[in-house]
Amino acid sequence: MAIALVLVLVVIGSVLFHVLSPWWWTPIASNWGYIDSTLVATFWITGAVFSAVVLFMAYCVYRFRHKEGQKAAYEPESKKLESWLTAITAIGVAAMLAPGLYVWKQFVTVPKDATEVEVVAQQWQWSFRLPGADGKLGTSNARLVSSDNPLGINPDDPNGKDDVVVEAADLHLPIDKPVKMLLRSIDVLHDFYVPEFRAKMDMVPGMVTYFWFTPTRTGTFEVLCAELCGTGHGFMRGIVMVDTAQDYTTWLQQQSTFAQLSGPAKVGVLVDRGKVTASME
Amino acid sequence: MSAILIFLGLVTAIAGWWLARQRLMSKPWLEVGPIDAFPETEAPVMHPAKIGLGVFLAVVGAIFALLISAYFMRMAYADWQATPMPWLLWLNTGMLVLASVALQCAVVAAHKGQLDNLKFALLTGALTSVAFLGGQLLAWRDLAAGGYYAADNPAVSFFYLITAMHGLHIIGGLFVLGRANVRAWRGDKLARLVLTTELCAMYWHALLVVWLVLFAVLMGWAADFIDICRRLLS
Amino acid sequence: MVDVTPHGADLIPPAEVGEMELYHPHSWWTKYVFAQDAKVIAIQYSGTALAIGLVALVLSWLMRLQLGFPGTFDFITPEAYYQFMTMHGMIMVIYLLTALFLGGFGNYLIPLMVGARDMVFPYVNMLSYWIYLLAVLVLVASFFAPGGPTGAGWTLYPPQAILSGTPGGTGPGIILMLVSLILFIIGFTMGGLNYVVTVLQARTRGMTLMRLPLTVWGIFTATVMALLAFPALFVACVMMLFDRAIGSSFFMPAIVEMGEQSPHNGGSPIMFQHLFWFFGHPEVYIVALPAFGIVSDLISTHARKNIFGYRMMVWAIVGIGALSFVVWAHHMYVSGMHPYFGFFFATTTLIIAVPTAIKVYNWVLTLWRGDIHLTIPMLFALAFIVTFVNGGLTGLFLGNVVVDVPLSDTMFVVAHFHMVMGVAPILVVFGAIYHWYPKISGRMLNEFMGRFHFWVTFIGAYLIFFPMHYVGLVGVPRRYPELGDTAFIPPSVHTLNEFITVAALTVGFAQLVFLFNLFWSIRHGKKAGDNPWRATTLEWQTAGTPPPHGNFGKELPVVYRWAYDYSVPGAPEDFIAQNDPRPSTQGGHA
Ligand code: HEM
Ligand SMILES: [Cu+2]
Ligand SMILES: [Cu+2]
Repeated sequence: MAIALVLVLVVIGSVLFHVLSPWWWTPIASNWGYIDSTLVATFWITGAVFSAVVLFMAYCVYRFRHKEGQKAAYEPESKKLESWLTAITAIGVAAMLAPGLYVWKQFVTVPKDATEVEVVAQQWQWSFRLPGADGKLGTSNARLVSSDNPLGINPDDPNGKDDVVVEAADLHLPIDKPVKMLLRSIDVLHDFYVPEFRAKMDMVPGMVTYFWFTPTRTGTFEVLCAELCGTGHGFMRGIVMVDTAQDYTTWLQQQSTFAQLSGPAKVGVLVDRGKVTASME
Repeated sequence: MSAILIFLGLVTAIAGWWLARQRLMSKPWLEVGPIDAFPETEAPVMHPAKIGLGVFLAVVGAIFALLISAYFMRMAYADWQATPMPWLLWLNTGMLVLASVALQCAVVAAHKGQLDNLKFALLTGALTSVAFLGGQLLAWRDLAAGGYYAADNPAVSFFYLITAMHGLHIIGGLFVLGRANVRAWRGDKLARLVLTTELCAMYWHALLVVWLVLFAVLMGWAADFIDICRRLLS
Repeated sequence: MVDVTPHGADLIPPAEVGEMELYHPHSWWTKYVFAQDAKVIAIQYSGTALAIGLVALVLSWLMRLQLGFPGTFDFITPEAYYQFMTMHGMIMVIYLLTALFLGGFGNYLIPLMVGARDMVFPYVNMLSYWIYLLAVLVLVASFFAPGGPTGAGWTLYPPQAILSGTPGGTGPGIILMLVSLILFIIGFTMGGLNYVVTVLQARTRGMTLMRLPLTVWGIFTATVMALLAFPALFVACVMMLFDRAIGSSFFMPAIVEMGEQSPHNGGSPIMFQHLFWFFGHPEVYIVALPAFGIVSDLISTHARKNIFGYRMMVWAIVGIGALSFVVWAHHMYVSGMHPYFGFFFATTTLIIAVPTAIKVYNWVLTLWRGDIHLTIPMLFALAFIVTFVNGGLTGLFLGNVVVDVPLSDTMFVVAHFHMVMGVAPILVVFGAIYHWYPKISGRMLNEFMGRFHFWVTFIGAYLIFFPMHYVGLVGVPRRYPELGDTAFIPPSVHTLNEFITVAALTVGFAQLVFLFNLFWSIRHGKKAGDNPWRATTLEWQTAGTPPPHGNFGKELPVVYRWAYDYSVPGAPEDFIAQNDPRPSTQGGHA
């Protein structure tokens, strides 16, 4: 008996928790509102199914609990009922899948006018690289990484000379301009994750992965690593600032290019293992 | 992952064929009484060890199909360099074929009740298998002598890994085959040797097929073949 | 009802099947230690699995303490947290649940339920257990290895798994883990061959496939899947051992390890992920299918009603088993694999939801117009449905590729898989233990302790894992030993984390009561008799309780009907045993 009551309470409690609790996603700051809508639709469909199944169960337990002299019905199957349930389930599933695939299509189709921005991860910090005036990123290779060239940019590639290198510092992005994030790691797996942007993708050493989005809100956003990458994983943070076009230009002018950095007067932080671990503790 | 999916497709086809004969559409609650009426749905009267070996070979097949899948996946990367294959492999392949043939003869001899033939066939099977293993070791030595070590390049790593895995399976089989030999030469009754002979033959045939596929993959024929198919399709 | 045999049931000759020579133990050692009787092996498997599971439980407390009260426990460094987490996950999934469902329940129930005297290869079966034990010991040894166990996460992704930035990565930790897994797979294969061939070959007369209890269907299908899926883990482990021990580059690309160029070149970490999840996803169902089967039998027995839609249930088990081999990459939507795979794998994943949903409907419809006895096994079965439906539905979020993008690698995932493959199967394990303990020991488990255990576990587990979804929704990634002061995480999340920790500790405490009950009831439990639940299946019709060696006395039972003849109209009793030869209207317990 108590169990019927508890089952009802589970449903009521879960729904109330969903509606009343303060815990919900962070306000979105990218164009991926569609993802949020698909998620909300999924919440509705699944919530309804959950409540229906559990409440029905509670009713059965209450109504058909054992009493003296009671006998169960004999009912091996019902083709009709089972077919109906199968059909309805299939429709419900399709109703979630179709919009999901539709949005995924957009997610994997990078707009032509997206600017490329490279994120380079290493244990346990983020660096960034923007194409310089030529709009092209130079090639790179982990084999070229050294303390003078922490991102492994190919010094022989003319496209790379004017690349803007932001090492272990904040990334700035202009608002309302689509960006294609090119993700690269020089050591282990990482994952570039900014909750407000909704999108994320693993960074895999030896290859370049990507995703795209358009920032829609100015502000300061925290970058987290979302793929276990060793002891410092939980502390691997970075900052992305979404600026107005004007602020962005100002910031960009203060940055140094690869050519400047690899020249005799070096700026920027060196790959210093002791320092990274120390700052982590 | 295509190799393993093809392999699983085969397994599924076999399982499906078997399940299709088990009256899965029947309504069991309507069929009270012993089902003498449907003898095919009772447990089959095969020796469990044979079915057991069959299932085990499916597991072995999965392992090698996965290795082949990994081989093809890894092949797509830039640093892959095909390795020169030691010519000795041809000889080894011949040895393994001989072993299989010998064991098939052993089965025939066992069924016909020819104890002497059985003894020699079993011995030939074991010796050619040992020769195969020895040949594989020599092939390794040749490769190493040519400066190809397991860590150098992925094709070589795969060569060592795959041949080692296959060799280990042969060694495992040799334990059983060796025991069968001992029993045959010690003068066990022939009737008691039939089962183990059949099992050995089945296992060796399967490992021969596995080896032929692996050989084709390692020699690069499989990749060429896939390439040709692809070109024909497009 | 149709009587299929024209000449009636009485003419059946006594059972002649299965006259294989049983191995008869001669000493205490061969009877209880190096035992070949599947029932003893089952208890050995279960005892070992529960013991190592207890370690995983304690590790979960430590993790929860750290998450709830970060900074309070000095000894839980990030390294230690990752080590606890990896060991907890690996033990729970493989060494506890897989071993318990297949090695424990499989060994005990398959021969009894199909009417066999024992497994078909008892010696191999014995080896299976001892190799499993060795695997467990190797795993335990890694706790004491220099540098400690591996902290690479239960997914063991390279390159990090074998590098110095990960705890145990360059010490023996990771090697011991890989060796232990390889041993486990070898041992499991030996057992698995037994379970499969016993079902195929040693069924007693009349036990056709469609008369098998769903428990056997579940365990059988799961074993077949495991035999085909574990090779992927095996291959992945061996290749990783190569990379680690001799420096090959299967999975290892050219990288810079802590400022130094590594010797590796060109390998593919994604290839490992494909292999791992080719095993990993079926593994979820390897744990789930036995639970599905067992729970069907629990519900049917304790609701005194045949399982609704038996045929659909069988087809669904087989269908789920087959489909689950083509969904693996839904764990890799954000791994960097080709994005177009997303379309395919999202579709297959959501298709699997349909047969799964049918199973849920049929459980619930079995309750409808039943005669529901709210025994402890039944309570656990009901709780299973709640948590499984909950976890299954959140699976639709994560399977639907684009919804997975924000949620993947967050606490939402942790909550989801705990609900669906942690809590739900564990609840079935408990239900099954309360259900079959009387057969195993001859005594009932203590009712009061049992009910206490049930309520705390069910409500507590729900309170742990339901709110956790929302922590993930906020954006908290998984595998974070602490949240630090992260701007987007409101302080209330920390309070919620404290609450979850308290709930977890409470649930953990209740498990100790359960363990106590297991031992206490061996001597002090109520005497059970042969068939305390008045169930139809063969394990309740044995010659004595606990069943002796050989299970059924002189003659094997002959099966005349399916496993679910409860409350048959016109029958004098509300159940008819599977081996009862009389027509249904006279049937009943002799
Ligand atoms: C009351 C019981 C349990 C509690 C409190 C608990 C708690 C936890 C916690 C705190 C984590 C780490 C989450 C993170 O930081 O990412 C974790 C991970 C995990 N747990 Fe549990 N757990 C419980 C039972 C189980 C069970 C029964 C299973 C069986 C399937 C299980 C399987 C796992 C797995 C696979 C992981 C992932 C490990 C990894 O990320 O590598 N847990 N659990
Ligand atoms: Cu990380
Ligand atoms: Cu999965």
